[in-house]
Amino acid sequence: MAITLTPTAADRVEKFLANRGKGVGLRLGVKTTGCSGMAYTLEFVDELNSEDTAFESNGVKIIVDPKSLVYIDGTELDFTKEGLNEGFKFNNPNVKDECGCGESFTV
Amino acid sequence: MALLQISEPGMSAAPHQHKLAVGIDLGTTNSLVATVRSGLSSVLSDEHGHALLPSVVHYNADNSVDVGFDAQKKQNQDPHNTILSVKRFMGRGLKDIDISQLPYKFTESVESTGMVQIETRAGTKSPVEVSADILRVLKTRAEQILGGELVGAVITVPAYFDDAQRQATKDAARLAGLNVLRLLNEPTAAAVAYGLDNASEGIYVIYDLGGGTFDISILKLSKGVFEVLATNGDSALGGDDFDQRIFCWILETAKLSPRNAHDTRLLLSKAREAKEWLTEHAEANVSCMLSDGDFVNVTLTTHAFIALTATLVQKTLSPTRKAMRDAGLGIEEIDGIVMVGGATRMPQIRKTVAEYFKQTPLTNLDPDKVVALGAAIQANVLAGNKSDADLLLLDVIPLSLGLETFGGLAEKIIHRNSTLPISRAQEFTTYKDGQTAMSIHVVQGERELVSDCRSLARFELRGIPPMVAGAARIRVTFTVDADGLLSVSARETSSNVEANITVKPSYGLSEDEITQMLKTSFNSAEADKTARMLTEARVDAGAIIEAVTTALAADGALIDSEEKNAIEAGIQRLQTIAASDNADAIHKAVEALNHATESFAAARMDASVKKALSGKELNTLNL
Repeated sequence: MAITLTPTAADRVEKFLANRGKGVGLRLGVKTTGCSGMAYTLEFVDELNSEDTAFESNGVKIIVDPKSLVYIDGTELDFTKEGLNEGFKFNNPNVKDECGCGESFTV
Repeated sequence: MALLQISEPGMSAAPHQHKLAVGIDLGTTNSLVATVRSGLSSVLSDEHGHALLPSVVHYNADNSVDVGFDAQKKQNQDPHNTILSVKRFMGRGLKDIDISQLPYKFTESVESTGMVQIETRAGTKSPVEVSADILRVLKTRAEQILGGELVGAVITVPAYFDDAQRQATKDAARLAGLNVLRLLNEPTAAAVAYGLDNASEGIYVIYDLGGGTFDISILKLSKGVFEVLATNGDSALGGDDFDQRIFCWILETAKLSPRNAHDTRLLLSKAREAKEWLTEHAEANVSCMLSDGDFVNVTLTTHAFIALTATLVQKTLSPTRKAMRDAGLGIEEIDGIVMVGGATRMPQIRKTVAEYFKQTPLTNLDPDKVVALGAAIQANVLAGNKSDADLLLLDVIPLSLGLETFGGLAEKIIHRNSTLPISRAQEFTTYKDGQTAMSIHVVQGERELVSDCRSLARFELRGIPPMVAGAARIRVTFTVDADGLLSVSARETSSNVEANITVKPSYGLSEDEITQMLKTSFNSAEADKTARMLTEARVDAGAIIEAVTTALAADGALIDSEEKNAIEAGIQRLQTIAASDNADAIHKAVEALNHATESFAAARMDASVKKALSGKELNTLNL
């Protein structure tokens, strides 16, 4: 299994990284918090930790820590527009249930 | 599901706790709102894709309010209830504005605020309320797009705005339900949008040619703080004047007589289109049908356009020269020029500016949006979405300024985070009878004791007429101007003797030092409070001992030796207790001494009244 980015998402991440001027890639993770168990996190990465797993998708380096990987392995990250807002969306095959807003989930 | 944005490392927000913050450019002609998503600042457009919201408010007969394009459409039908350019009235009184050309009915405020009010069919509106209507629309737009409540906003104001205008802007935001994280100077915001704050230092010129106003600002960045060195401008020069020139040219070329309002509007919008077209093309064709069936078809070349508007372009250079002179700078000292305002898209403007400064101005960001983009970057930092907040407090006093009062206490006159420029005054008095001089020690910091603050300057006020302690009135005024320069003046109000000094406060303190000073002030809040109470108690004790000792020496004969002994014992006791660290006990001893001297004080009062009256005729007394 792996973590992947859609071409649109990869394109945006590259743009954001370039704008930021530093960073080696994108960190996907989960936090045990939120209204339905766990919540996704999405951060720029400046430094890799020794336990991290790195993937490469559409030219972007994706970094996941081992604790998070078990919950999100197989996820495809997309970038979409909803109404006037835009942002990233996790398509995570492990999810059984989501809270109404989709910010947190259970596996 | 909800859409996520990329956070800085370790700064991911818990669900539903995203710290949404926006930057708002509240402009004279147009307003914008921007935010930072995934580290990138972008302007938020409305559902029709319009980023700009015309700063126009129309009050309808049914009590509803239109803002923006809808309000703009009603400008001609209903000019009295359609408020344009309200920013020009913010914090201004009737005497400050030229009302002869305006269609509004102005009244002076009934309250003491002194700001003009505009009478509309929706009632009397203050400029603050009208601005709040604009801000409310931008707030709603941002909350709908970002899908949550805003934690706050950074709102930009012209660098030359004074305290009243800044306060009015803040009030408007509060009225619109916005939490103001900070007011930011427009030129500073433009510089931040270009990332100029990342450099360690430099001097930048912000050339802002908007729809109806021209502003030139010279900023100096040093140690992360932007100082405004000079501002200048022309409040009646903008892109609209260029449209007007083309409009007149069309009338002349097509040999048209003066037109009715409808045709004027049509031709003005055609003129505007031609102006925008010429930014990227060599010639523009203007063709339209007028209301009387006349057909206009003329072609304007870039060459002719440049000739038509050369005087307007030159007009911007005179304030520019003045600002450069005020700042005392030569062209070669300028590290960069930022172009702001839609009108700066015109190639002849860019060329003229480049020729004057002998360097290419920065133009790669949209000049209409650059101020809002910079404000959003600042808002994102202030909302706490960045860990290494390297953007320092801009255009504000980073630490409180005050002076030393008796006993080594620091009295704050200007509190930290006050926006520049600012002036505050406070009255002080003498501590000893016959005191003729006062030493003024200017300090900076948040702590209660002077020894824990940073000393900035000392000076002396001499020539105070001898008076009893507490009778002299010394007015100390702290003024920090837009350049960040602090000047302190002290004046004894009865004799008008004056002394003053100028200091530069923000120099010599690094960001780390400032952070450290703030931190210690929080950690030591309790200790500081105790220290302050103790010092105050000791000052009280000292004052009463001084007063009673003086009185005993002068009028000791008025009381018997037993009472005199009791008072002297009281003084002794107070002196001993005052040396201790117990503020409460000192207070009690002061009370006791006060009590012990009650009858002595009464005797002195009687004696002095007798003395004043003895040997005088009743009718010579000034009763």
